[in-house]
Amino acid sequence: MTAPGFSPTGIRFENIEKRYGGLYALRRVSLEVAAGECVAFAGRNGSGKTTLLRIAARLVRASAGAIGFLGQAGDRADALTRIGFVAHATMVYDELTAEENLMLFAKLQGIADAAARVAELLEEVGLLERRSSLVRTFSRGMRQRVAIARALLNEPAVLLLDEPSTGLDPEGITWLANTLRQARDAGRTILMSLHGESEISALATRAVRLDAGSVAADTRARSDMHAILTFAGA
Amino acid sequence: MALLADTRVLLGKELRTEFRSRELLTTTVVFILVVVVLFSFTFDPSAGESRRFGPGLLWLAFLFAASLMLQPCFLREQNNDTLSALRLSVQDPFAIFLAKLSANTVFLLLTEVLLLPVFAVLYNVHVLGVFPQLVLVLFLGSLGVAIPGTAFSAISAQARMRELMLPLLLLPLLTPVLIASTEATAALLDVRPELRRDWVGFLAGFDVVFLTALWLFGEYLLEE
Repeated sequence: MTAPGFSPTGIRFENIEKRYGGLYALRRVSLEVAAGECVAFAGRNGSGKTTLLRIAARLVRASAGAIGFLGQAGDRADALTRIGFVAHATMVYDELTAEENLMLFAKLQGIADAAARVAELLEEVGLLERRSSLVRTFSRGMRQRVAIARALLNEPAVLLLDEPSTGLDPEGITWLANTLRQARDAGRTILMSLHGESEISALATRAVRLDAGSVAADTRARSDMHAILTFAGA
Repeated sequence: MALLADTRVLLGKELRTEFRSRELLTTTVVFILVVVVLFSFTFDPSAGESRRFGPGLLWLAFLFAASLMLQPCFLREQNNDTLSALRLSVQDPFAIFLAKLSANTVFLLLTEVLLLPVFAVLYNVHVLGVFPQLVLVLFLGSLGVAIPGTAFSAISAQARMRELMLPLLLLPLLTPVLIASTEATAALLDVRPELRRDWVGFLAGFDVVFLTALWLFGEYLLEE
């Protein structure tokens, strides 16, 4: 990853609740994630992992509670400049080339010298030679590389990743793990939702298990992480 | 001015993706041609009848075309969750609407302008003498269809019965636009052509009111 063009920051969730009608997706979730931490969220389907990450990205409005960056206000405009988000879907256009996709989002994010930044990222994710190919001609792994490049465009201090290894083959998972390791080592705060243990979960410095929308377990002890990530005893 | 800059970038994306796939334009142009040709052969209208019924048939065909065109407008953003990527990138979410409704208006206008010569030949009406005025009416009418159409496309894309939802919400709301557009077009195709300022004013007013409403409340339509 390039030299940090961001100020490291943590993120705080205060009594976050999300209700869909009478159904609770999240119940009073409070967490403080320090700058540079890499948090793996585990939990069964429907436990609230995706909702929590989408609330952190300001894509979903919480029904109650507050969210902010540590020591700063963190309104929507602020969040846009500090957050990089990789969703379950690729979040890029199949009908545009890799370069056109990245240029589109770079221009919207007001990135100075967008062309240079896009070229730099395409090289980092190994797609410089395929930059003029339509994304729909890419494999799932290549699309995920474009997705990661898109999320890194604005040099985010906080990376939110929702099951980032979905659809990746072992080689792709290794590439993703290396990319995330570099991001973590550069001081980015990483929050990611995962299913089970993998090369990617091994990067986590903290594991949180959500159960029915509540925090059921939270540890920084490596010895306890296995149980949390594999739901052992849940 | 970030709003205008973002709108310009997004409009470029809309036009590029459509002109690359030609998905909407091809379907709509073929559909609208079939409708106009079929009506022409079914009624075999005289010149007088054409002037009386033609504008109504024309706008009915445009309405069908619009409902085909508007449906995928936000639906396409759901395939890869690209709407979330846009929301994470733009300063003002209104830029997303502004770009989409501009693209929809351009596509509708393009379809209409392509159809006009066919309509003129089949229905024996003279459009060349009033072409600039006709384009003004087509523009205001198309904008009147595109503004609420784009808003309801955003709503219906998140609904369960989305295919049914859009026409159900949109068609009743568009009745005033269709009446005004038809009346203004009929006046232009009359033996003594006239640009009816009352109907044109109504269309402009409708566009301004709905654009303002979209600017005020559009952000909420994009929320999950």
